[in-house]
Amino acid sequence: MDRKVVVPGDLLSEEAKRSGEGTYVKDSRVYSLLYGLANFRDKISVIPLSGKYVPGVGDNVIGVVKDITFSNWIVDINSPYDGLLHISEFPKRIESDDMSKYLRIGSSIMTRVKDVDPTMKVELTLNDRKLGQIKAGQVIEINHTRVPRLIGKGGSMISMLKKEVNCNIFVGQNGRIWIHGSAEDTDLALRTITLIEKEAHTNGLTDRIVSFLKAEKRARS
Amino acid sequence: MIVMDETDISFFKDGLRLDGRKADQLRPVKIEVGVLARADGSCYIEMGGNKVIAAVYGPREVHPRHLQEVTRAIVRYRYNMASFSVEERKRPGPDRRSYELSKVSREALEPVILTSFFPRSVIDVFVEVLQADAGTRTAGINAAAVALADAGIPMKSMISSCAAGKVADTIVLDPMKEEDNFGQADLPIAMTPNGDITLMQMDGRLTPDEFHQAVEMAMVGARNIYELQRQALVKKYSQMTEPGREEARVQ
Repeated sequence: MDRKVVVPGDLLSEEAKRSGEGTYVKDSRVYSLLYGLANFRDKISVIPLSGKYVPGVGDNVIGVVKDITFSNWIVDINSPYDGLLHISEFPKRIESDDMSKYLRIGSSIMTRVKDVDPTMKVELTLNDRKLGQIKAGQVIEINHTRVPRLIGKGGSMISMLKKEVNCNIFVGQNGRIWIHGSAEDTDLALRTITLIEKEAHTNGLTDRIVSFLKAEKRARS
Repeated sequence: MIVMDETDISFFKDGLRLDGRKADQLRPVKIEVGVLARADGSCYIEMGGNKVIAAVYGPREVHPRHLQEVTRAIVRYRYNMASFSVEERKRPGPDRRSYELSKVSREALEPVILTSFFPRSVIDVFVEVLQADAGTRTAGINAAAVALADAGIPMKSMISSCAAGKVADTIVLDPMKEEDNFGQADLPIAMTPNGDITLMQMDGRLTPDEFHQAVEMAMVGARNIYELQRQALVKKYSQMTEPGREEARVQ
């Protein structure tokens, strides 16, 4: 794959139509908006090396309740913008007075971004079987720019990982990851994810992770 | 402070400046990226005797709330000189000079930052001058631009900054302390690599011809600094991918 480190303002292409994420077009030329890695495919996109998570509609995220209002839970989603979880987005019908019985300040939830408006009001939902409060397991935080690598093309990396380490894993686009399994399995999953985060921009990562897991398992048995 | 009469100082010896530079030569520059673990982006720069550190935080929630803009992020830039940064102790805290430099430096960087990507948030830039030797605003802007890139903030381009001055009727690049204090003019600029100027200030007097010559010279200097900023960022990436590097860092 053709990749290159770029800084903001670098000329990437003379063809305006190849402009992808992390780029902009000026005078029908494509320039980089970010400091990161440029991927030259049909479309040219620049993947940042750092930056804050900006919520997008449909993103799965892990949040922590930080306040409760009359009809909303205010949720920290590791972003400049707080998430709002409305009482009606809770899977069960509950009264306003009972909100803190279900989700308290400090409760962690696996949730999804339902809507984001132009002023960055972020609405969350729990209406899905996969979503809900976190009651067991542990949550770790990685740089959110590495999340696509952890998921892999079409989910290849994460489904491989789930199978190999025998854990339940929920990946939040905001860089928070929930792992649930036996202590031993969780530990291996943790170390593997740290490795993926560290080596996120190297080629042939999936293969290396597979051999890493094999070696770890041989050492264990 | 050394008291010198403007007339009895000679700025050139055998065609070279007091520190041995040619008229169109920059002082040595050293740039390091990502020096602060707590900041979202950071940069340490040395330009000759100047030592400046820049830290970028954000985009993050705006406090106090009334400063918030509904459609875009605001940019705050704080230029501050350490009390030990100059020969005679500088009274700590903001003063008229640092307010002005904060304002012009912010306005030098703001045009390239895509603030519309982050409504209702703030991008905070802190620039601390640890050691001053003329040209701290240019060093601060250079460091801040690298720190912004390091923080992953979208920008249309980098910003590089450099000054030109006039001493003993000669236009010189990147004046140092002696030339700045006892020279005839100082002209700092900041610009994008393709030559759009975002900051230009001047004190002293220049003829129109000298002015054009000075701007031209400062622009060449800024382009050279751009290359160094770029190199520093590229170097940080290659160090990041070097195996076993991350563990060595202090938590």
